[in-house]
Amino acid sequence: MAPINGKPGKLVLPGALDPYAEPLPGVDTTNLSGKLLVIEGPDAVGRSTQVARLRQWLEQEGHAVLDTGMARSALAGKGIARAKDGNTLGPVTMTLYYVTDFADRLENEIVPALRAGFVVLTDRYIFSIMARAIARGEDPQWIERVCGFGLVPHAVYYLRAKVKDLVSRVVIGRGAFDYWESGMDCHFGDDMYQSFVNYQTRLIRTLDRMASRYGFIDIDASKSPEAIFHELQHRIASLHLTKVNGAAAKAGVRSSA
Amino acid sequence: MDSLFIPNRHRGKLIVVEGIDGSGKSTQISLLSRWLRSSGFAVAFSEWNSSPLVHDTTRRGKRKEMFTPTTFSLIHATDFADRTERYILPLVRAGAIVCADRYAYTAFARDVARGVDPQWVRNLYSFAIRPNIAFYFKTPLEVALSRILGGRDALKYYEAGMDLGISGNVEESFRVFQGRILAEYEAMSGEMGFHVIDATQSIEDQQRQMRAIVLKTLGRSLKTSVLRAPVPSTAGEMNGAH
Repeated sequence: MAPINGKPGKLVLPGALDPYAEPLPGVDTTNLSGKLLVIEGPDAVGRSTQVARLRQWLEQEGHAVLDTGMARSALAGKGIARAKDGNTLGPVTMTLYYVTDFADRLENEIVPALRAGFVVLTDRYIFSIMARAIARGEDPQWIERVCGFGLVPHAVYYLRAKVKDLVSRVVIGRGAFDYWESGMDCHFGDDMYQSFVNYQTRLIRTLDRMASRYGFIDIDASKSPEAIFHELQHRIASLHLTKVNGAAAKAGVRSSA
Repeated sequence: MDSLFIPNRHRGKLIVVEGIDGSGKSTQISLLSRWLRSSGFAVAFSEWNSSPLVHDTTRRGKRKEMFTPTTFSLIHATDFADRTERYILPLVRAGAIVCADRYAYTAFARDVARGVDPQWVRNLYSFAIRPNIAFYFKTPLEVALSRILGGRDALKYYEAGMDLGISGNVEESFRVFQGRILAEYEAMSGEMGFHVIDATQSIEDQQRQMRAIVLKTLGRSLKTSVLRAPVPSTAGEMNGAH
């Protein structure tokens, strides 16, 4: 397979985003003046809380924001939800359903928003899809290449957590374990708690291994949500998003690497 | 191709047919599977694009013309994955002969004709079981077109490659798109080790050649490893769904 360049924010042309491997056929990824920011991390780590706060903050700063996340595509969102309600969704099928969902959002939401100069905040990206597949025993090279059309984001913020912290968040915050977050489809343990621990341990190990390869920016998720938010704000501020001066925002975006 | 797909090390066998629309492959695999079934073998049948988990998504995407070359490719791979995980693999492991009307090669031809990278789509399907026999029904474009354009209902949007903007005329678009698919099939034929059947021959001649190839290729396994129905007259009952 083509080598992964692993450098978020590496731009070939002004305002162009590189794919990790093969480009999307028929999709123009030049002249993208927006910023693509990814929040990654395991289940129950608090990603969606952070995305919601970041969106509010960025909009107050005058940036147009698109936030997106897994299984929210117009094409495949409903199909994934229905498939997960049944008892027959196999690991390869699930993986490819999520890749379909991602591709639909990338082509129809993310790229158009970047072209229009938006800040795109995405709750998970190809990394979670790949990590879930790898944690379920699928071939890492296979799924990495399948996801190779993903555009290299300007930044990937990885909320790094320990499994015991996730357990307490699930128990205190949600009150019950989720079938899929526990990897019960692959039966990683005899009950949902044990399966959750074993599956999330695998997921975290897989994401940790991706961290240096894909240039994740580490955020310690054991801190308070407030502290995490401030760190994310600080990190995003250092990207020098186009300032709003009352006039129209300038379109040109330089490399942030 | 030796490095492509997972080798079939199971009791059962996998026979697939490929070719452009109007090549007559569905007629032939249907005759072949009925022959195998009536010979007492456990036979199952799997059709392209038939997964109940994915069906609604594909149908909606087609109706609303939501697909791009990439999502069209991915949703068909998802459908194929579901049929592989839930149907084809378990049945082949159990010892059945699975007959598939179209297989991953259809994606290699169609998706590449749509502009998808050939190596990307080959990797996408690398979880598939390698067929024991892949028949390719070689048909001149004009013969296939005359079979299709003659009688059937109106051509569908994606089937005609209308998403590619080749022509505003559906029939013209269909011609050009089928021509591209045909070129892809021809180009991969050697690489994939297809058993080529000349689809301009009579139905009977084609079927005779297929049966000879099945007996020659699978002869020993048909005697030893493939699952047989205990009572021949009930052999067809396991194949209701596909």
